[in-house]
Amino acid sequence: MIAEAGHYALVLALALALIQSTVPILGARWRDPALMNVARSTALAQLLFVGLSFAALTTLYITSDFSVANVVENSHSAKPLLYKITGVWGNHEGSMLLWVSILALFGGLVAAFGNNLPLSLRANVLAVQGWIASAFYLFILMTSNPFLRLANPPLEGRDLNPVLQDIGLAIHPPMLYLGYVGFSISFSFAVAALMEGRIDAAWARWVRPWTLVAWVFLTLGIAMGSYWAYYELGWGGWWFWDPVENASLMPWLAGTALLHSAVVMEKRNALKVWTILLAILTFSLSLLGTFLVRSGVLTSVHAFATDPTRGVFILMILCFFIGGSLTLYMWRASALKQGGLFAPISREGALVLNNLFLTTACATVFIGTLYPLALEVITGDKISVGAPFFNLTFGPLFVPLLLAVPFGPLLAWKRGDLAGVAQRLMAAGIAALLATGMVWAWTTGGAALAPLAIGLAVFVIGGAITDIVERISLFRSPFATAMRRACGLPRSTWGTAFAHAGVGVALIGIVCETTWNSEYIGTLKPNDVAKLAGYELKLDDVTQLQGQNFREMLAKFAINRGGEKIGELTPSKRNFTARQSSTTEAALLSRGFSQLYISLGETAADGGIAVRMYHKPMVLLIWFGPILMAFGGVLSLSDRRLRVGAPKPAKVPRALQAAE
Amino acid sequence: MNRVLSSLVAIALIIGASTACAVQPDEIMANPVLESRARELSRELRCMVCQNQSIDDSDAPLARDLRLLVRERIASGESNSQVIEFLVARYGDFVLLRPRLIGVTLLLWFLPPLVLSGGGLALWLNSRRRLRSSDHSSPDPLELSEEEKARLERLIGGPA
Repeated sequence: MIAEAGHYALVLALALALIQSTVPILGARWRDPALMNVARSTALAQLLFVGLSFAALTTLYITSDFSVANVVENSHSAKPLLYKITGVWGNHEGSMLLWVSILALFGGLVAAFGNNLPLSLRANVLAVQGWIASAFYLFILMTSNPFLRLANPPLEGRDLNPVLQDIGLAIHPPMLYLGYVGFSISFSFAVAALMEGRIDAAWARWVRPWTLVAWVFLTLGIAMGSYWAYYELGWGGWWFWDPVENASLMPWLAGTALLHSAVVMEKRNALKVWTILLAILTFSLSLLGTFLVRSGVLTSVHAFATDPTRGVFILMILCFFIGGSLTLYMWRASALKQGGLFAPISREGALVLNNLFLTTACATVFIGTLYPLALEVITGDKISVGAPFFNLTFGPLFVPLLLAVPFGPLLAWKRGDLAGVAQRLMAAGIAALLATGMVWAWTTGGAALAPLAIGLAVFVIGGAITDIVERISLFRSPFATAMRRACGLPRSTWGTAFAHAGVGVALIGIVCETTWNSEYIGTLKPNDVAKLAGYELKLDDVTQLQGQNFREMLAKFAINRGGEKIGELTPSKRNFTARQSSTTEAALLSRGFSQLYISLGETAADGGIAVRMYHKPMVLLIWFGPILMAFGGVLSLSDRRLRVGAPKPAKVPRALQAAE
Repeated sequence: MNRVLSSLVAIALIIGASTACAVQPDEIMANPVLESRARELSRELRCMVCQNQSIDDSDAPLARDLRLLVRERIASGESNSQVIEFLVARYGDFVLLRPRLIGVTLLLWFLPPLVLSGGGLALWLNSRRRLRSSDHSSPDPLELSEEEKARLERLIGGPA
């Protein structure tokens, strides 16, 4: 009953999406407010029905209804409640349902809070959302229905893949999808602008907060996924240049570029055509990511949906939206007027440079990810493109980009004074040189590039601090005045500073972890001691435990440093009965931003356990950096300008020119 | 096999979770210099039955065989490039995670710098064109016109 209700709600959502994708457009064409307002009500109703559908699937999971195929394949009655819920999206069908639910959520938000949008723009934006939603509802209903019943229900389910039975699954996919799908709003705005043939600074002001929301979630989603992989996979890696990771990195890079070019458009009314293109590309890359992961084209472990009908269906969606929007772009973009001139040395110029490097980085990831696929299809040659390729091509692009980051916010709009800015960045530069010198002296004989990279990171952080210090004239005016100015600074300025500093912080973590990581691999028996980076790790004993749906072997380690006990670590290995598979649960001990990491391997016949231990200096900064970036994004989002500053309807004539 | 869960599209569904992790204690060479060379090489070599995983990370039996093979060749005194040549001759270019610069990979290696220089060139031409065309239409795009100056003065209350 619940399954049928969920299925039916999804069909109704499709019907609503079809109405939403046609009627408002006609309304905008005929300038009929009643028809245009259909967009609002259908978007909200669609959200309601897809929400019901999602709630139905969740209920089926919680109640372990094993008459539904999807629940049988991915759940188990003995699974903890949290993993019963997260199991809803731990599989292809459920994750697509989450995808459309989030799409409907964003559409609903535009409908609910878009009262200050011109009526025709809102109608067109929601109509484009309706097209995307219709395509994906059809995809789910025709190829990936999560509500299918089984004729002969089994008594017990097959359980969720043990690797996914982790809090990470509760956070990572929803965050990532909020990011991926959030970019659909910028896309819809871009397509609507092309249809209307008009675009102005107000448009950028509406688009920016949506882009920022998506970007914040995508940033956190990627960082969270990286940390999850780091502690779950048992060997301490945190980024693998796997095609599926690349699929999420590409929209992030394009989205970051979009965020910056939208600033130029909003403030200076320039880069319009480029911003529109970026908005289209960013969501296209999100769709591409969905295709890569869902179609099985990568035949990677991620791409479990190896059924080609699904792949072909998504490919058609992909071609329709990317091809259609780019065609529309080529046809209409020339009609959009270019505005806002600027000299090459100016804040606009710096932001253009940022866009150049970010899009090149994005293109590099794109080429590296798709080249082997294309080559195999065209010539049949099989090559591999892995981490060493990306480290060599992607990494160097970030050096000039990061060198330029501190200059951007300090340059004036329109025409900047490079020498003056360089002078103001003197302190940051000196700090960077000192840091390089100190790291180099401290690690004599080590890698030569690492101290320079640390210096670069310090320069970026110093630049972010300089920006704030300069704006509040910290050392040139009385302290109280400076503090008052600090409070009065726009929050978006603080946001920029935090986000930029976050990049530097993450870089420090990345450099330290990759350069000064130390490792111990060996076989230990109880009471054996391993030495690693000044720590002594003693294996105390090994015990067996019975968990809710797994058996567990725990190894208890006492950690000593300088004869003093500083902690205990208990890595374990879990055996999951339902799937006859096991996971490695690494144990981590944080010391400041550094971590000790232990994971267990095979047990030998003589009772010894294979153990890998790592000391990872400053490793937590890798994820602390993105958190700072996201925090900056949230600060910027709360900026007064975006909260209340969006143009009032009165300023924009409601009856807009038709789209000709 | 599942190192990749790295997550991303998290629905990451990993087929069969693995237990062990990569390099096993019994594989490690006695000589630390040779061992570190072996590790370095392992990171560049693909485990061919896995997806996008180096033999250094993989716990597949094939990866273990390859790791032992690499160590054997290193122990017999071969240089890194000799070991790589041997493996490419045996398994083809597929085994290299960093593709060699050969005919079919020219585009792969040169597209990223081309995108960067092409983009840079386009920007430069565009800004030159726009600055020049604006030179003809208005005296100086970065200067205020008389009318704008008057308006500015009005707005800020005029000269003191």
